[in-house]
Amino acid sequence: MSGAVLVVTEHLNKRFTDATFELLAMAGTLAGEGGVEAALVGSGVAGMAAELGAADRVVVIDAPHLEVFDPDGHATALAALVAERAPRIVLVPYTSTGMDVASHIAARCDLPLVSYCQSIDASDGLSATCQLYAGKIEADVAVDGDRAVFSVLAGAAPAADGRREGSPEVIHAGVDTTSRIRFTGLAEPEGGDVDITAQDVLLVVGRGIESEANIEEVVELAEILGGAVAASRPIVDQGWLPKTRQVGKSGLTVKPKVYLALGVSGAPEHVEGMRDAATIIAVNTDPQAPIFGVAHHGWVGDLFDLLPELTDRLDG
Amino acid sequence: MDIAVILRTVPDPVEELELNDDETDLDRDFLGFVLNEFDDHALEEALLLKEEVGGSVTAYAIGATDEVEQILYTAVAKGADAAVKLGDDVGALDAHAQAEALGAELAGRSHDLILCGVQASDEIDGQVAMLLSAKLDLPHLSVVVGAEPAGDGLRVTKEYWGGITATYEVGLPALLGVQAARQAPRYVAVSRIRQAQEAGALSESPLDRPAASSGITVTAMRIPETGAGAEMISGDEEAAADKIVELLQAAGIGGGS
Ligand SMILES: Cc1cc2nc3c(=O)[nH]c(=O)nc-3n(C[C@H](O)[C@H](O)[C@H](O)COP(=O)(O)OP(=O)(O)OC[C@H]3O[C@@H](n4cnc5c(N)ncnc54)[C@H](O)[C@@H]3O)c2cc1C
Ligand SMILES: Nc1ncnc2c1ncn2[C@@H]1O[C@H](COP(=O)(O)O)[C@@H](O)[C@H]1O
Repeated sequence: MSGAVLVVTEHLNKRFTDATFELLAMAGTLAGEGGVEAALVGSGVAGMAAELGAADRVVVIDAPHLEVFDPDGHATALAALVAERAPRIVLVPYTSTGMDVASHIAARCDLPLVSYCQSIDASDGLSATCQLYAGKIEADVAVDGDRAVFSVLAGAAPAADGRREGSPEVIHAGVDTTSRIRFTGLAEPEGGDVDITAQDVLLVVGRGIESEANIEEVVELAEILGGAVAASRPIVDQGWLPKTRQVGKSGLTVKPKVYLALGVSGAPEHVEGMRDAATIIAVNTDPQAPIFGVAHHGWVGDLFDLLPELTDRLDG
Repeated sequence: MDIAVILRTVPDPVEELELNDDETDLDRDFLGFVLNEFDDHALEEALLLKEEVGGSVTAYAIGATDEVEQILYTAVAKGADAAVKLGDDVGALDAHAQAEALGAELAGRSHDLILCGVQASDEIDGQVAMLLSAKLDLPHLSVVVGAEPAGDGLRVTKEYWGGITATYEVGLPALLGVQAARQAPRYVAVSRIRQAQEAGALSESPLDRPAASSGITVTAMRIPETGAGAEMISGDEEAAADKIVELLQAAGIGGGS
């Protein structure tokens, strides 16, 4: 074991994601003498190491077919890299790419994996605090051995603390990068009718809205307020609103002046897209709903009772 | 294409959760369990693929509860060709144990494709979908939002962030962690589920409690104090509406213009 903290970096179109810098920030607080290592997988990426100044060493795996994330190739390569470097702690972002590699690193290197981590303590053994049941439960977890892979939630550390230019030592790793998958193309989202990232007020519907027809009343209220309707993922997956209205991990990040959540539970994947709104108001029938943990104001009650009252007061 | 779909029950996300006496797990005695929403999407994608290229869909679920049987009968009612209940009363299994059990069952079955929900809300020791792909050494993609037949394999769409998606081609066999099917999961009439139940459309496969250890121990669980940072509005909907209008006006929004 090397004692290092190894961060699995993530990038698209030669730009690192915020998750990368959040993990580097977290690694800085956990690292002992072993320092911080960053794993950088891609094609022609060694020059990007200068952006990873928060790391002591950047381990580069360079292969033409890994230019864009390849679930199979990246998993194979990173597992081999972790096996070779044997860090004490591996930090993987809980993102679309991280989910494809974390389990494979853990399985191949026979390491435990801790998911949904919001904080990690490495001072005396390894332990973490995790969010379970879509944020309704917090769990403390102890690692039985002395090494582990952690899949870390968005926002666990400030990205600004990990975003540093520098000249870390660059090490080239020659590991197996075989893939049984072929990348064929990237697609950017189509522009929508409304830009939810540019609104002062968002009325946000979650599964509590129950049906497509019920959204109409919220749309009318949003029009009165000069804002727009946004949604949690299930509403978009149902086809009730377009993808461009989705807030969260796989949707958009929004920072309106007022964010009114109607029947949204506040799962971590939703919260990462809205927690920086200036005023967050949550309405939910469940007093345990995690959305009340990020809201500034909350009301436990039925959104269908509230909507007509709001319309009464604001219309006219 | 012969497709396996993994179905799991999770605590009903809208129910109030309580902890057991030593506060290291949920108190499962009175919990309602429902099908993991992402597994419902995995089943839908499997049924769509079968409709396109033929073949079969087999649903697998671990456990012996009424809810487990119910989700398997529902899968059959929706169009699955077979449903397999794994094990009797093995209790709650962590993700490593589930992946071990499913791996042992599926290794001998030569499905072309395994579809699994991308995650479940209780997977503290890793996602079953990807742990299983590692166990079976299958090419894998997670956060999948569509898989279509292409040549001898599949053309798979994986979602990143901000609505960005990437497409990949993968040969079979493969394992996909499904986030969302190409269309919303279908409904099925309760009468059809009852028919499946009466037809006894369910086979059982024994399961020893898997030995795989996750290497982690949950030392404490808490129900976070929600609303700790929030000012909670007391009173009825009229009081709530008054307060919300006040907050909107304070932010310079609506009404006052
Ligand atoms: C990789 C990945 C990416 C994801 N990306 C996103 C994303 O970008 N955005 C996103 O939102 N989710 C995302 N999710 C999904 C996320 O995990 C949750 O499933 C989702 O946010 C839940 O949506 P919800 O709150 O609308 O539904 P639920 O969790 O079902 O909550 C509905 C809420 O409504 C309340 N309610 C019911 N009836 C009423 C009523 N009459 N009045 C008031 N309240 C009521 C209930 O108490 C409940 O709290 C992602 C998941 C994964 C795995
Ligand atoms: N899980 C479900 N199982 C069976 N029927 C449902 C389910 N959810 C909704 N329905 C009903 O199916 C019909 C069509 O729903 P929808 O497609 O949402 O308009 C409505 O009458 C719903 O009440």
